[in-house]
Amino acid sequence: MDTLDVTHIRADFPVLEREIHPGVPLVYLDSTATSQKPSVVLDAMDGFYRCCNANIHRGVHTLAEESTGAYELARKRMAEFIGSPSPRQVIFTRNTTESINLVAYTWGRSNLKAGDVVILTEMEHHSNIVPWHILAAEKNIRLEFISVTDEGLLDLEIYRSLLELQPKLVAFTHMSNVLGTVNPAAEIIRLAHAAGAVVLVDGAQSVPHLPVNVQLLDCDFLAFSAHKMCGPTGIGVLYGRKALLEAMPPFLGGGDMIKRVHLRSFTPNELPYKFEAGTPAIAEAVGLGAAVGYLTSVGMEAISAHEQEIIAYALERLKEIPGVSVFGPRAEHKGGVASFMLKDVHPHDIAQILDGQGIAIRAGHHCAMPLHEKFGIPATARASFYLYNTREEVDKLVEGIYKVKRVFRA
Amino acid sequence: MDDFYRELIIDRYKNPQYRGILNPHDISFEDDNPLCGDHIRVDLRVDATNRVTEANFNGHGCAISQASADLLMESIIGKTLDEVKSINRDDILEMLSIDLGPVRLKCALLSLKVLKAGVYGLGEATDELVAS
Repeated sequence: MDTLDVTHIRADFPVLEREIHPGVPLVYLDSTATSQKPSVVLDAMDGFYRCCNANIHRGVHTLAEESTGAYELARKRMAEFIGSPSPRQVIFTRNTTESINLVAYTWGRSNLKAGDVVILTEMEHHSNIVPWHILAAEKNIRLEFISVTDEGLLDLEIYRSLLELQPKLVAFTHMSNVLGTVNPAAEIIRLAHAAGAVVLVDGAQSVPHLPVNVQLLDCDFLAFSAHKMCGPTGIGVLYGRKALLEAMPPFLGGGDMIKRVHLRSFTPNELPYKFEAGTPAIAEAVGLGAAVGYLTSVGMEAISAHEQEIIAYALERLKEIPGVSVFGPRAEHKGGVASFMLKDVHPHDIAQILDGQGIAIRAGHHCAMPLHEKFGIPATARASFYLYNTREEVDKLVEGIYKVKRVFRA
Repeated sequence: MDDFYRELIIDRYKNPQYRGILNPHDISFEDDNPLCGDHIRVDLRVDATNRVTEANFNGHGCAISQASADLLMESIIGKTLDEVKSINRDDILEMLSIDLGPVRLKCALLSLKVLKAGVYGLGEATDELVAS
């Protein structure tokens, strides 16, 4: 049956012991927004501050050496986790959003000119739309969008025809945060490269939930956040192909990103420091390194298989409820995300009543307004699953939705 | 939790008394709550003494935002525009008689923001309009 020992895993996450109301335990179904953190991550960060906190890369005292070592070890572990040929191609940013902005502001600004085509998709998070809007206003580049079918899949026929426009960049989400759709990334990338385009993959939802290897995907850029993969907030990653990163101008200017500074000029530092201006999130990097270790020990294949089982069960149970409609493709095309509507009840009200039963879901447009516009709905309720969720929690969600129906006489 | 969904709120959500469009109107304004996509439009008719004679709202949103809009429209009929300008968030909370966290407070106050932006003739419904 299930591939994971979920009881054992749940014991690793202290917050899952919490009761939201007396006698009502937390049922956390909002990991797509942010995941919970296991003790190993909390302990690693706490231990870092208690034993060796210092600024990195400059000091020569013992603490500075230890801190630098811990920070760079995290980079090395991350490089191994995503199959990066070198740790130098792993740039620490604040989050997925900053990673994508970094590419837009450096690679985009220096490589795109008026009339150049950038292909996005209709299912992008705002973080992979707005940076391109800003650049489009500045450079007069042309944005095109791969349509989403009624079933919630990318329309690859449309994509093939858009490639005839000879785009300079294709930027798409590996996994939709609303529909849960897992896009055929390797195929999309192969076609983009054949058309001569550079490819950026938004891995915010895929890296935490699926085995992702940048060399197997053959992507040029991969952007993702630590906090959705059992790590802390405040740190994210941009992976980039070496030649591209080396040719790109720096992003933010300041300390650590320079080799030499004169009054009227500077020489940028080498990779990855060129893109890491100022004191970075050091303790957070240590926490991220521990998160990577944790996910590796559980196994990404096993996590993905577990989520497949949970989402298949959740879709089956949700379908049984009269008045519920679920968005997105069938279970085999998606990860652990179920966005749904309940007839005549606003998603906010669903979320509020579920909270009364300790169940945490998200309600709103999930930072994907264009996708909601396309389906003609202002908002959806979203339950999302991770390695620590169980079938019993799906049952509680279903019971909770029946309670919503009673309150609203729906 | 269930206190949130008192009979009054569910009733007003399901059977609003002041939902509609007034055409013609003397004042009309609409805006969104960008957080959740709720949208509210308010139309007013005002007599020669600047007193509200008719008030309607339209739009979509959660039970809290729609019920609070309906109750607000009811409460301003007969009030002068100056009196409308002085309505604040405590008045709304009193009308709903529930305690709201910071997120749901935005739902409850959206209609008041839209109403006041319209009455003041502003281009945008800002949070400052409903600060207590």
